[in-house]
Amino acid sequence: MDLHFTAKDPTTAERDAVDDVLGAPLDRTAVDRAATGQYLRAERGGAAVRRQRHLLLPALLALVDRVGWISPEGLDYIGLRLGVAPAEVYGVASFYALLALEPRLTRSVVHVCVDLACRMAGGVDEQRHRYEDSDTLVVDSACLGQCDRAPAAMVTEPGAPARHRVDAREATVIAQCGEASLTLLRRVDVIAPTDLDAYRAHGGYVALRRALDIGPAAVRAEVDAAGLVGRGGAAFPTGRKWAAVAAAPGQPHHLVCNADESEPGTFKDRVILEGDPFAVIEAMTIAAYATGCEHGWIYLRGEYPLARARLEEAMARARRGGLLGPNVMGRGFAFDVEVFRGAGAYICGEETAIFNSIEGYRGEPRTKPPFPVEVGLFGRPTLVNNVETLINVLPIVADGAAEYRRLGTVGSPGPKLFCLSGSVRSPGVYEVPFGTTLGGLIERAGGLTEGRTLQAVLIGGAAGSFVGPEQLDLPLTFEATRAAGTTVGSGVVMVIDDQADLVDLVTRIAAFFRDESCGQCVPCRVGTVRQEEAILRLSVGKRQRHERAHDLEILHDVGQTMRDASICGLGQTAWNAIESALTRFKLFPEDAP
Amino acid sequence: MTSQGDEATPRSVQLSVDGTVVTATEGDSLLAVCRGLGVEVPTLCYGDTLTARNACRICVVELDGNRTLVPACSRPAEEGQVVHTDSARVRTSRKVVLELLGSSVDLSLTKGVEAWNERYEADPSRFGPSAAPAGIGERDRRVTGEHHHADPLTAATVAQPAKIDNPLYVRDYSKCILCFKCVDACGEQWQNTFAISAAGRGFDARIATEFDVALTDSACVYCGNCIAVCPTGALMSTAEFDLRGAGNWAPERQHETTTVCSYCGVGCNLTVHVQDNEIVNISSPSDHDVTHGNLCIKGRFGYVNVQPPRRRVKD
Ligand SMILES: Cc1cc2nc3c(=O)[nH]c(=O)nc-3n(C[C@H](O)[C@H](O)[C@H](O)COP(=O)(O)O)c2cc1C
Ligand code: SF4
Ligand code: SF4
Ligand code: SF4
Ligand code: FES
Ligand code: FES
Repeated sequence: MDLHFTAKDPTTAERDAVDDVLGAPLDRTAVDRAATGQYLRAERGGAAVRRQRHLLLPALLALVDRVGWISPEGLDYIGLRLGVAPAEVYGVASFYALLALEPRLTRSVVHVCVDLACRMAGGVDEQRHRYEDSDTLVVDSACLGQCDRAPAAMVTEPGAPARHRVDAREATVIAQCGEASLTLLRRVDVIAPTDLDAYRAHGGYVALRRALDIGPAAVRAEVDAAGLVGRGGAAFPTGRKWAAVAAAPGQPHHLVCNADESEPGTFKDRVILEGDPFAVIEAMTIAAYATGCEHGWIYLRGEYPLARARLEEAMARARRGGLLGPNVMGRGFAFDVEVFRGAGAYICGEETAIFNSIEGYRGEPRTKPPFPVEVGLFGRPTLVNNVETLINVLPIVADGAAEYRRLGTVGSPGPKLFCLSGSVRSPGVYEVPFGTTLGGLIERAGGLTEGRTLQAVLIGGAAGSFVGPEQLDLPLTFEATRAAGTTVGSGVVMVIDDQADLVDLVTRIAAFFRDESCGQCVPCRVGTVRQEEAILRLSVGKRQRHERAHDLEILHDVGQTMRDASICGLGQTAWNAIESALTRFKLFPEDAP
Repeated sequence: MTSQGDEATPRSVQLSVDGTVVTATEGDSLLAVCRGLGVEVPTLCYGDTLTARNACRICVVELDGNRTLVPACSRPAEEGQVVHTDSARVRTSRKVVLELLGSSVDLSLTKGVEAWNERYEADPSRFGPSAAPAGIGERDRRVTGEHHHADPLTAATVAQPAKIDNPLYVRDYSKCILCFKCVDACGEQWQNTFAISAAGRGFDARIATEFDVALTDSACVYCGNCIAVCPTGALMSTAEFDLRGAGNWAPERQHETTTVCSYCGVGCNLTVHVQDNEIVNISSPSDHDVTHGNLCIKGRFGYVNVQPPRRRVKD
């Protein structure tokens, strides 16, 4: 390969930022044009250099952290160090919303959430104004995963080190704190999150010890018998996935914990990652042991700085305690974990997009088949599980499948986390057994905000659907929601009262999908645009009857095509919530005057 | 999940296509199976010299037991599959894909589109009048994650001025359907130059050099292998672009002569396209086992040494 770089040398700060991630260059003269006075046309180091491509996104993030943006010089330097052509580096960098390719020279950048819960919390415009000053750049953001604390913003100050903080309403971490009935949330806000001794004193590492005692096959059998179903949105049986990965030929296998959590309205994984990081690490260790993985990655959305800090600290302590590393618990099993930081892309929660993102390519989903269990990260058999799915493994292994199945229903066993936001008195994450009714859950969160009446509930997020007050008796299980034409999805329960503007929410959902489409396939890339345009036309209100009919027909045709012909779940679900609002709430009645 | 067949001796499998039972080699694409049967399946992003990218979705077919439609160009044939190539769902998806593309991209030079529009009753104008074209470089400056406010009374398009920044070929991305073929041909599948990449996201996604620098500042070596695979005329030799611009492009007055390139000893086949006694393009047959349609700058553009360019770059 013959690489071609044209830009000038990077600044010292840029070079340092990149070198912090990649290490000092082996051959200084090869990367320093000032010294050689020549155009850099050839990279040195060959395949050994190119095998490090998974450091591409970390290096790009390092530049933005240090100097606020990715300059042509900084971009070239990364390409040169990794043996990746600048056009490709640019293709990757321009994929992510948190990476800037134009100078951002203000002291701070504020990402203001303009998504569903924050809109309902009032005044996206006021939020934008709040941060406006000459030294701050304010940009809009999709849901930041803080909907229980809406309205939310993320403030970033580049530097060494960069500072990231989330600015949102003060609130209790979880309302159920310390309740005896809790399984998944039992330690959250009860123990100091990164205190390993406290974790152990509260039942930590009992499950891993038992797993190592009974062996991988018995662990898989237990998970299978428990009937655990994936919590990431696709509702796939976890036992089947684990069996497939364990049986897949070719070593090593990889494990990915999906902590991208970008479905609007979802924040349950954040509460776990921030409040009980050892649980995630322990559960990943068990999953790796049961499926033959040596290395685990936590793909964490870039907007979760606190979760990242807590995970890093917990991982370091686990390593020191012999709970991660070459000889876990002294039992001869080798496993370690690293956190891979996302950079602002909802699509990178799709399991195959994660692979591309980690490998240093654009976060575009891959075609399935082949499925991740056969050909996944770095072409290896890979287990991808959601954070919540993984932590369910702890009670399953520690107490056995039979005990686990005492909660929930036959088709949806166990406990479930729901993310309550919008117009409820105590928004937050709630742990209830599967089968709890929608109304019961809303009651659990204190019921509707004082003086309001219920208009609708958005279940499952932007990829889910709106249901009306007549559905309050709906038992929240995979099977019952499916039968009712909705979905558990990622556990979103967003309560919309009579004062909220449903048309505004639907319009925002359309904008969300347009912004977050990766652009790979036509149905979604163009379909999400035509969908938004039609919604905007309909919401103007002054349309003639035949014009409305025409736009509704467009929405149906385009929606059907996105659902049928898109590559991945993003396009396939981009019409769901909008369709439900149109059909169940007659948002834009054809026969209106 | 695909079954693990013995790769050395591919199994033959039986499947049904529109009710006809057919025997195929396991792993062949459904597209190949359909074409073998004479069943027409439209394709845009599929190329015979490249790995299928599955991007355009015009080739979708219905596969019993599958929640969604599947792309024929890349779905391998398997035992027992029941395939429908002309069901209502298939027709709707193909129709809407044609409408989505036709309303956002200039398909005037894309082969097959007119007939498919008719066959699937596609009406690209249903989304309203086209939005005004973007200015030079405007689409390249769009910021990922920043919402581009739609004007709902017009249909957004990728229309923009052609990029004319070198004497040899022109990039008119208002004709680009983002099939990724040029990127794959320039990158690891053929040329290994990586001068261009997909950049941006969603509807703002585009093919670009780093920071949209001119091709002359990029890694491009002017092999023209991207031109060879482009299905839409978005990439085109300057000779052809200028003739078309002047209204003098006349395929009916053209003839092709296939010969062997005389520059080096590799033995690439050259197909010389001549109009009015003037070379207007050089290509190579995609089924030629030396070139697979690829050439280098000397084969593709070296003809300027026998025939000076009609015109220099416009500025
Ligand atoms: C657009 C899109 C975004 C997704 N985002 C997430 C996510 O943030 N977290 C997650 O766990 N799963 C997400 N998924 C689902 C994953 O593809 C995958 O099904 C899941 O991580 C598997 O884990 P599970 O079996 O434990 O549910 C997303 C899917 C799509 C199509
Ligand atoms: S459906 Fe959308 S997000 Fe998924 S691959 Fe296609 S364009 Fe990308
Ligand atoms: S002419 Fe060759 S090198 Fe240049 S962009 Fe096209 S394929 Fe790449
Ligand atoms: S320029 Fe041509 S080959 Fe490249 S993506 Fe666009 S349509 Fe495809
Ligand atoms: S944080 Fe604003 S909508 Fe979720
Ligand atoms: S030809 Fe099959 S997806 Fe484009």
